[in-house]
Order: sequence, then C-alpha cells, then structure tokens
Amino acid sequence: MIQAGDTYDPLLKRPFSIFRQEDNTLQFLYRIRGKGTLCLSNVKKGDTLDLIGPLGNGYPIPKGDFVAVAGGIGIASLYALIEQHKNRAHAFYGARNKDELLMLNEVSKFSKKICITTDDGSAGKQGLITTPLKVFLRNNHLPVYTCGSMPMLKTIFNIIKDTELKCYASLEENMACGIGACLGCVVKVRSEKLEVRSKKSGVRSQDKKNLTVYKRICKEGPVFDLKDIAWE
Amino acid sequence: MGMKETEARGQKAGTKNPRLSVNIAGLKLKNPVMTASGTFGYGEEYSEFVDLNKLGAIVVKGLSITPRMGNPAPRIIETPAGMLNAIGLQNIGITTFIKEKLPFLRQFKTPVIVNFFGDTVNEYVQAAEKLSAADGVHGLEMNISCPNKQAGWRVFGTDPKIMSEVIRDVRKATNLPLIVKLSPNVTDISLMARVAEESGADSVSLINTITAMSVDIKKRKPILANITGGLSGPAIKPVAVRMVWEVYKAVKIPVIGMGGIMTANDALEFLITGARAVAVGTANFVNPMATLEIIQGIERYLIEEGFSDINDIIGSLKV
Ligand SMILES: Cc1cc2nc3c(=O)[nH]c(=O)nc-3n(C[C@H](O)[C@H](O)[C@H](O)COP(=O)(O)OP(=O)(O)OC[C@H]3O[C@@H](n4cnc5c(N)ncnc54)[C@H](O)[C@@H]3O)c2cc1C
Ligand SMILES: Cc1cc2nc3c(=O)[nH]c(=O)nc-3n(C[C@H](O)[C@H](O)[C@H](O)COP(=O)(O)O)c2cc1C
Ligand code: FES
Repeated sequence: MIQAGDTYDPLLKRPFSIFRQEDNTLQFLYRIRGKGTLCLSNVKKGDTLDLIGPLGNGYPIPKGDFVAVAGGIGIASLYALIEQHKNRAHAFYGARNKDELLMLNEVSKFSKKICITTDDGSAGKQGLITTPLKVFLRNNHLPVYTCGSMPMLKTIFNIIKDTELKCYASLEENMACGIGACLGCVVKVRSEKLEVRSKKSGVRSQDKKNLTVYKRICKEGPVFDLKDIAWE
Repeated sequence: MGMKETEARGQKAGTKNPRLSVNIAGLKLKNPVMTASGTFGYGEEYSEFVDLNKLGAIVVKGLSITPRMGNPAPRIIETPAGMLNAIGLQNIGITTFIKEKLPFLRQFKTPVIVNFFGDTVNEYVQAAEKLSAADGVHGLEMNISCPNKQAGWRVFGTDPKIMSEVIRDVRKATNLPLIVKLSPNVTDISLMARVAEESGADSVSLINTITAMSVDIKKRKPILANITGGLSGPAIKPVAVRMVWEVYKAVKIPVIGMGGIMTANDALEFLITGARAVAVGTANFVNPMATLEIIQGIERYLIEEGFSDINDIIGSLKV
C-alpha cells in the first residue's frame, strides 16, 4: 500500500504488487488510472514515499513449468515469478495495444514460450488472450498463474472449471487499510467445509452445504485459487 | 490496569509532563485517544504498528450476537478527503470474538470497549449480557445507527422513541460503562443525546458516518454495491465538531468525539469543543500509527501552551 501525495485528496494508500526486488530496491510498475497513480507519477528522484508492506499472500512457488496469463498491467504481479523461474513460464500476455505490453522484451526473454494478443491487433494476434490459452490448456496440463481483469479471470475459470487444472489468480478490489482491518476489500468464496459441532454428541461433522463467505483480498489474498471463488 | 502509574506521574509533574488521563463513565483512560469502531479491526491487525498499551482505549469492530456476512463488493470508495463504506456490519459474532480475539486483547493494559448492535431490542440485550459476562471487556459502545427489524427497519438512532427503548433495556442488562454512539443522520443531535442520557447512557460518542452516495457516470450506476454508504474522513470533521459542540451543551455525561480526526490538531479541536475523549477512525488506514502520533501531538500542545492537565482544555472553548 503506497501513499500517493501528501494531501487529503487522494486520501487512502493505493495497493500495488511488488514488481521486482533488486539490490536493495523495491520496484513497482503501474498504470496511471486516476488521482492516486497520477500523483505517484509526479514523484521525483530523491522524494520519499510512505508505504506499508509486503502484505498478504503471493503465488505459490511453481514446482516446474507453469502458465502465466497477464492481462495488461497484471504483468506487474506476474513478472517476478517469470523472471525468477527462467524458462519455466509459458507466458500469455494480452493488452489493449502494443504500447500497453510493458516489459515485453524481458517477459519474452525469461519465458519458455510467449503468446501475445492485443485488442487492436497492433502486436501479436488480434483478440483476447484467453482464446489461445484455451487451445494451449487442452494439450498442456500445467498450473495457471494469472492477474488481470475480472472478465478475463471469469473466462479462465470457465476454461478450467471442469478440468483438474489449478489456477492461482491475484485479485483486485478497492482497498482502504490493506491489513485486514476495515473489511472493505472482499471477494465471495465457496466454503463447502463448514464445521458443525453437533450439540448432543460434541462430534464434529462436515456439512457440505454450498456456503459462501467473504474473504479479505488484502489479507487472505490477493492470490486465490480460482476454483474457490463463488462466481455469480 | 496500570493506569494508576500514569496518574501518579501526572500529578507530580508540571507542564513538562502534563497529565493526559481522562475519566469516561468510570473508565480511567491513560490518555483521551481511542480507536473508532470498525477501523481498527479487533486490535490484533494493528498490533504490528502500534503498541496497544499506549492507547487510551481500544474500540473493536461492531459485533452482533450471531455472525454477519456483510455486503457484496464494492464496499468502499474514496471520495474527496474522505471515503464511503458499506461493509454491512460483517463480523465474527460475539461468541467467536470472546473465544478467539479477547484473549489477545487481555494481554494489554488498555481498556477494551466493545461496539455492538442488533436487529431487534432483544438482540441488543442478549449481546450486552454476553459481553458483560466476558473477562476483558471494560466498556460497551452501542451502535444504534442500524435498522430495527420490528419497527419497519427504521434506524434505532434516528427515532427518539425506539432509541430510548433499546437503551433502557440494554442499561438493565449491563453494569459496564455504557456509551451510546449517536448517528449524525438526524435533524437535532442534541435531542438524541438527551434521550440517550435520560435512558441510562453513561456517555455518548459521535459521530458515526454520514449517509452518502457516489455515482459512476459512465455506467450510470451507484459505485457501492449497497447503493449508499457512510462517509468518514477529513471531509466530515467540521460537521462532527459542530455536533460535539451541540451535544456538549445539551448533556452532562461525557462526550467522545470523532469524525475525520487525522492529526493532534484535529483531536484538540474536539477536546476544546467539549469532547472528553476522541476516537481515531479513517486516519488509521492512511497512517497505521496515527493514534500514537496524535497522543504525542496532544502532549506537545499541552507543554507548549502551558497546561499541566488535559482536563483544563476540555470544553475550554471561548465563545
Ligand atoms: C493487490 C493489488 C495489486 C495491484 N497491483 C498493481 C500494480 O502492480 N500496478 C498497477 O498499476 N496497479 C495495481 N493495482 C491496481 C491499483 O491499485 C489501482 O490502479 C489504483 O488503486 C488506482 O488508483 P487511482 O487513484 O489512480 O485511481 P482511481 O480510480 O481514482 O481510484 C479511486 C479509488 O478506487 C480504488 N481503486 C480503483 N481501481 C482499483 C483497483 N483496480 N484496485 C484497487 N483499488 C482500486 C483506489 O484505490 C481509490 O480508492 C493493484 C491492485 C490490487 C488490489
Ligand atoms: C470501514 C469502516 C467501518 C466502520 N464500522 C463501524 C462499526 O462497526 N460500528 C460503528 O459504530 N461504527 C463504525 N464505523 C464508524 C467509525 O467508527 C467512525 O464513527 C466514523 O468513521 C467517523 O470517524 P472517522 O472519520 O475518523 O473515520 C466504521 C467506519 C469505517 C470507515
Ligand atoms: S483493505 Fe481493509 S480489509 Fe482489506
């Protein structure tokens, strides 16, 4: 969570993924979106930034080859994984246009294979990244790591839901505290294993009703198993 | 509870070491700075940033007799110098709180005030009874800014009659210091404060969030899933100070002031206006150490202005 600006507007810290850690530096990669990120873009060399972190839980460490699916700035969250596990990632990188494919050279260099799509066709194939991903996953049973828009995640969920494939997704929601205190940043997840204690016997039994609970993205996430999310 | 030492120190010292402790409804606070309910979790979340022993009191997230799931997302959105929230009173329920969260809080010398609510008068009473029986709860704060199931979902805290009824019944159910948290969404807050006092409240705290709304003009939809939410943060401070002033003049019981306190100067505005203690809410999100910095700043002010006791500035507004 990074403080953008030193006035009350913007007020709250903004959540960012740690893009890279290198020689005592902490690097962030961000897209200017509104007030907060605009303020950040005016930060000059030598200025001080107020931030808290690292927070929450990142991706599980991949054991072998994996699929990394980045939608636009979602690459900020996946980049370190790709760089640290050289030649292990099958990268699928989609963006609106060529200019929004940030770090493309590095991503290509560190990935085993890369597939690119853009909405306007200015780089790679024109279309959604989930289209080639679907074809790939039919023949390659690898765990999927992803960060991007909700519609993209939903499509990925639909591709993998009836398979044995694992998919870890880093989610986004508006945040205030970043440390689990305000309950502002929730996602609805399935909780099938509700423990019910029978009053008479005191024995715990498992009740498999289709229950849902809200989990805090900043604390229990931001990375969730895509199959745990209670899609509406 | 370790608060006696602070008191002794304060009495001996002059302006170099001003006395910060205040008394709220029989609770001795080592300083007047508390946390605002819902912005400090159950204390644990902030313990990495704040030595909880340094706080005047810890007020925890609102609890109900049964757990609440809360509202769908988005639940929060930033607005100019403030934020809207519609958490929907999500909480783990009193039983789980007592079992899993209270033991942690018992380690500290700071009084724990539990904020609670219900859908019905009976739920309030049950909650108060259960909390009063727990070891480590030092005070209760009643959130009455929520709807009454048996009164057509009218908000308890905006109707003097149902408000009085629920406070009277809770008063009978507990011997703990009882703080009633007033809703600002009323025409005459001093009337509501008087009703709280007459119904048995030991103290009133104010303000809760101001009902508000934000719209996404591209989608032509409300931004919050709940449509409306509660406004908090610096944007509401002048409203809160005005309401504390009106309430301070209307009742004899101590007033706890909150709403947009970000700095010691903000807290001092409330104290001078008549608040015996203050609560820090949204500021915790911006700066997790805000409470401590505010305590230090208040102390510095007392030293600089030559006051030996915080009580000398409380309600010292010159009008
Ligand atoms: C865990 C996590 C990691 C992220 N990592 C990155 C990253 O590495 N690089 C990057 O460019 N962006 C990242 N984002 C998104 C980034 O936080 C938002 O783009 C940013 O908050 C927008 O702020 P703003 O003031 O510029 O925009 P505005 O639209 O003006 O923001 C208004 C309010 O909405 C909130 N908000 C708006 N969009 C988002 C969003 N997508 N996620 C969370 N809050 C939002 C803001 O925090 C603020 O409270 C991440 C989000 C999350 C939750
Ligand atoms: C995210 C959030 C959750 C809150 N939850 C509660 C709550 O459970 N019970 C309650 O009485 N007030 C709750 N409040 C209101 C605060 O305690 C406080 O009255 C209000 O935010 C004004 O203070 P501030 O401007 O310093 O935040 C909540 C406020 C916020 C921002
Ligand atoms: S941002 Fe406050 S709980 Fe996640």
